[in-house]
Amino acid sequence: MSKKIAPVTQSDFIKAYRVMLTSRVLEEKLAGLYRAGMIKGGVFLGRGQEALSVSVGIQLRRGDIFAPLIRDQGGRLAFGDSILDTLRTYLGSQLGSMRGRDGNIHRGRPRDGYYAMISHLGAMIPSVAGALLARRLKGEQGAVGATCIGDGGTSTGAFHEGLNAAAVDKLPLIVVVANNQYAYSTPNTRQYACADLLDKAAGYGVGAHKADGTRLMDCLQTLRNAIHAAREGGGPQLVVADLLRLVGHGEHDDFAYLDPKLKKSAVGSDCLLLAEKHIIEQGWHTADEVAAWRRETEDEVNATADRVRREPLPDPSEDDWAALSRPEYREQYAAS
Amino acid sequence: MITYLEAIRLAQQKALATDPRVFLYGQDIGSFGGAFKATKNLSAEFPGRVLDAPLSEDAIVGMAIGAAIEGARPIVEMQFADFSTCGLNQIVNHAATLFYRTSVPCPIVVRLPSGGTSGGGPFHSQSLEAIYAHWPGLVVVTPATVEDAYTMLLEAVNIDDPVIFCEHKFLYYHLKADTLPEAALPIGKARIARAGRDATIVTHGAMLHESLAAAQELVEDGYEIEVVDLRSVKPLDTDTILASVARTGRLLCVSEEWPWGGVTAEVLARVATEGFGLLDAAPMRVNAKDTPVPYHPDLWAAHRPTASTIAAAARRLLQL
Ligand SMILES: Cc1ncc(C[n+]2csc(CCOP(=O)(O)OP(=O)(O)O)c2C)c(N)n1
Ligand SMILES: [Mg+2]
Repeated sequence: MSKKIAPVTQSDFIKAYRVMLTSRVLEEKLAGLYRAGMIKGGVFLGRGQEALSVSVGIQLRRGDIFAPLIRDQGGRLAFGDSILDTLRTYLGSQLGSMRGRDGNIHRGRPRDGYYAMISHLGAMIPSVAGALLARRLKGEQGAVGATCIGDGGTSTGAFHEGLNAAAVDKLPLIVVVANNQYAYSTPNTRQYACADLLDKAAGYGVGAHKADGTRLMDCLQTLRNAIHAAREGGGPQLVVADLLRLVGHGEHDDFAYLDPKLKKSAVGSDCLLLAEKHIIEQGWHTADEVAAWRRETEDEVNATADRVRREPLPDPSEDDWAALSRPEYREQYAAS
Repeated sequence: MITYLEAIRLAQQKALATDPRVFLYGQDIGSFGGAFKATKNLSAEFPGRVLDAPLSEDAIVGMAIGAAIEGARPIVEMQFADFSTCGLNQIVNHAATLFYRTSVPCPIVVRLPSGGTSGGGPFHSQSLEAIYAHWPGLVVVTPATVEDAYTMLLEAVNIDDPVIFCEHKFLYYHLKADTLPEAALPIGKARIARAGRDATIVTHGAMLHESLAAAQELVEDGYEIEVVDLRSVKPLDTDTILASVARTGRLLCVSEEWPWGGVTAEVLARVATEGFGLLDAAPMRVNAKDTPVPYHPDLWAAHRPTASTIAAAARRLLQL
């Protein structure tokens, strides 16, 4: 590796914390709106995974590619998504980036390098790899692509095929596994039989990085190392962070299957509280200052939600119902 | 003489030569030139743009999609159409939904060496155009001539939407043409391959040639059969089909696909709903038998429609 990796600074940490906080506050709002019956579709939250997710999104550069997954509200905001567009998709505003045609966690702006996930887990891995291949064919250098996945998603064929194909072409891809102990209700004991998900990296011949997903500092540094390695030509990098999903699979799920021992173990800590504690203990900011940040964010989120609720909804009579870009290819004999 | 297979190779060569966004990706397509040699010598002529892929259909299509988002024009080769089912998810859930969801089109071409050949058996013979046509967001083409193989592949590369290019292996070597055309009917337009007045046969792919042979056989019985080559099954040129049925009053649909829910079913449904009054007799269809494609040449020959089974069906239709 040529260039030296800069250590994570106080200002990096605080910047990342602020995005984590925004993500947490925004998701709390989404949960409230869900309970009030105002959300279109499902709500799947990333509570407890903000440190990891933000560490990915915030350390990518303009021109990089990011394909977030289900629990990446933090990483999305860090990569440039807004509170406004988040609320627009969840509340079904026509002005959202997906215009009501797809929503919530499936949103994205591919032209900005912010890919719109499909539900099928693992599918974004080869697609980000292919995007990086295209960049290489165009002669562009220096960009990386990152995508996130869960412990469950590592069992898909797409994960295997995508990571392997990326490794064969030594593409600058970072695959970030949030090992949050469950895939919906399925515990890791029913998901994989290797000692650690990181063991898979050797099998694919890719870089391996382990992070404590509850510790922002560790996540930032680990992702920084992984992104650096990919950018410097080290090929794909697999990052595995251990943590715990602190909510049900979706807001419909009461998480009754949670093993209480996990909750009390090291992975059960809340990364946001730990980061906050770190800021205060280091004397970087006072508890009052941190509390004020939260209130500020809450005000912004509430005001944005109020604004979005007054926006127009998608109008079926105005939609062009076009799945193809060429008008002459559209079905004219559809039974209706 | 240029074969159907060579036309496909030449179309890819021209696409690579004229459009820097184009690259080819698939198993064994590099210096080996592909299982059927459809990319022979192309990796030497276009270094770095004809790439061998690992044995991963899902990743191959997934990578093509990402590349297309970044402005590339990938042409993906499936070694056989049958193996495209391992990449089905990326085709139907990612490529086909991208434009509708995000307004970003997905200009990929997926080449499927399709259809039966003697000895191909259950896993190297399938005709999958109907399943791909079922999903919104895909263009599905089935060239039946050397000329169409060439011009439609070049056109497919220029289309911003994902194109499933069903090239028929049975036609690879024995269909030949002297020259390749510059201009052609656009994708989405069917062609009257033979004009007639007594009945219409609507067909596509290798079955065009069986149908034309059947039509020739019926000349001896005094019948003039019109044969419509669909060329693309999605979009389906319903206007040309209806116009032909308006001339002949009788319809026979022929396809090498399995019968359930395929192209013949779709054509019959459209004619029955849009052109019932044009029909002088109940429409008919001939498909492959509803079993996996058999391996033994004798069984295979009886599994698929042939000129004689098509002619027999047409005679029954004409007597209705
Ligand atoms: C291929 C596929 N199968 C099933 C599902 C349904 N599903 C959605 S999320 C999920 C669990 C995912 O678990 P994991 O990958 O660990 O991610 P987490 O939800 O824990 O973040 C399942 C089974 C899916 N989206 N994709
Ligand atoms: Mg999980």
